[in-house]
Amino acid sequence: MVGSNEIIKVQNLMKQYGDFTAVNGISFNVYEGEIFGLLGPNGAGKTTTLEIIETLREKSGGEVWVDGKSVDDDPNEIKKIIGVQLQAAGYYPSLNLTELLSLFSGLYNVDIDKMKSLKSVGLEDKAKSKYKELSGGQKQRFSIATTLINNPKIVFLDEPTTGLDPQARRNLWDLIRGIRDNGTTVVITTHYMDEAEQLCDRVGIMEAGKIMTLNTPDALIDELLATGFTKQKDVKGANLEDVFINLTGHEWRDD
Amino acid sequence: MKKYNQMRAMLSIAKASFRSTTRSPSAVVFTLAFPLIFILVFGFIGNSGGVRVHIAVDNTSDTLNAIYKILDNNPAVKLYADSDSEIYRALKKGDLDAIAHIEKQDSGYVVKVATSDIAVQNGQLFKGIIKQIISELNLAAMPNIALPFSMEDQPVIHGREYKTIDFILPGQLGFSLLSTGVFGTAFVFLNLRQTLVIKRFFATPIKRPFIVLGEAMSRIVFGLIGASFILTLGHFAFGFTMIHGIATFLTMMSLCALGLIIFMGFGFVVSGLAKNESAVPPLANLITLPQFLLSGTFFSITNFPDWLQPICKLLPLTFLNDAMRKVSFEGAGFIDIWKDLGALGIWGIIVYALATKLFRWE
Repeated sequence: MVGSNEIIKVQNLMKQYGDFTAVNGISFNVYEGEIFGLLGPNGAGKTTTLEIIETLREKSGGEVWVDGKSVDDDPNEIKKIIGVQLQAAGYYPSLNLTELLSLFSGLYNVDIDKMKSLKSVGLEDKAKSKYKELSGGQKQRFSIATTLINNPKIVFLDEPTTGLDPQARRNLWDLIRGIRDNGTTVVITTHYMDEAEQLCDRVGIMEAGKIMTLNTPDALIDELLATGFTKQKDVKGANLEDVFINLTGHEWRDD
Repeated sequence: MKKYNQMRAMLSIAKASFRSTTRSPSAVVFTLAFPLIFILVFGFIGNSGGVRVHIAVDNTSDTLNAIYKILDNNPAVKLYADSDSEIYRALKKGDLDAIAHIEKQDSGYVVKVATSDIAVQNGQLFKGIIKQIISELNLAAMPNIALPFSMEDQPVIHGREYKTIDFILPGQLGFSLLSTGVFGTAFVFLNLRQTLVIKRFFATPIKRPFIVLGEAMSRIVFGLIGASFILTLGHFAFGFTMIHGIATFLTMMSLCALGLIIFMGFGFVVSGLAKNESAVPPLANLITLPQFLLSGTFFSITNFPDWLQPICKLLPLTFLNDAMRKVSFEGAGFIDIWKDLGALGIWGIIVYALATKLFRWE
């Protein structure tokens, strides 16, 4: 499924805010058609890195190419082929979802089937609801719908599952896998390691502006085991989350 | 691939922003409710009183002459009758503008006018009326002299009735445009920054100036809908004068658009200066309140002390109010109000130069 085509190339990327170095000379590639996870604690530089690739932020040094275009030369061409989900809101609160989709179809200069778009994220019942009336999970799903409007080659999702309940998270995972299966590359940041393990084809772990390691989740686990690491407690065949999901079901909730 | 059309993107922002504005209670209150309440209040209070000079003729006057008759029939002059001591007391209090004493002498009639220093303007106005009447009567009394002009049967003072609403409505309209422009623009851009709506726009291919244009366009359309509503209601419900009908209405609307664009510039300045939402109202009030009080919104700026008037006359809202009153009541066209337009233009240049310096995207 994952091609060897490098759709995003980052070389020696630097970002400084005054004396503070948020991103410290990182290099990595994202391959076409994969789900690439950027992991790390708060303040590690994930969002800054993402926003530089999205052409929302100026870099202090290094090079970034998206689909062969440099962020220095072609920011507007890059914006046409990417979809961006921001960590926090970003929509007129008092507009309903259909109206917001009209706005974004205008902003991207594309004509879309709004109901189909809402259906793809399970919000067809909320077409006439105002954005501010949505629950956290619904807001995230709607946000993802707007990232898909221009049929992008890459979508960027910044902590899309933070604050969601287990059902909403799982259903968002299905949604994200579906996006990848349609041939779109996904770049995602998260705090949840179970999520990264389930979802990502490859992950990079960031700490203090540097990428500490980068590989498939499996390979990273094997590398750790190879050093002689053992978990202190034996893992059972299921965990508490499995119990929770088993009891409360998989359905999307209007939480 | 089709070429990306910035205009289409801009119009979609304008539409979304307009929808968002119509759902914001504060925008509706500022643009429509406030001016309408003032107009309703003044519409009802002021309906009876046009601008008139209040005059009494004293008891010893000769009332069988032509001057008296003409005064009595003049709609701009209201004649009162009372005892002499009462009318002089009224003159002192400013309830009367002047007292006329008409005396028959050998050579003819002499009118002696007593005015007070409280009502200087109306006193002067009344003296002017008397002088015109006298000069006409004198001319009429000289039938043997061939004059190139005849003034025979012309009524002396026409005086279109200048109703309170004709003064109040343009002032309220101007103030509504000022608050819509300043508060609306300042809050909208601050909110867009805070809710990250503008950041989400940045992630789409629209260029930044088109985002501002789209937002501005929606405010202008909203403001003009409010203005047309106020003008229409004022005209049909309270007899607001628009002398050339629809042409005056359209001139008024163009003036409103110009005023709104300039006032929005103040809004951009406030939005650039304010660090957060709570800093907006004081800054915005600093711009709107002085103009509300000093720009002839409720009463003519001639009521202010002499040292204050030059300042009043420099405020942008004063120019807009004056221009709107000249257009609606006197039927002035754009050429007649070029001074006001020029002054507004200068304000526009100053404000937008400041706004572009201060405007922050994040």
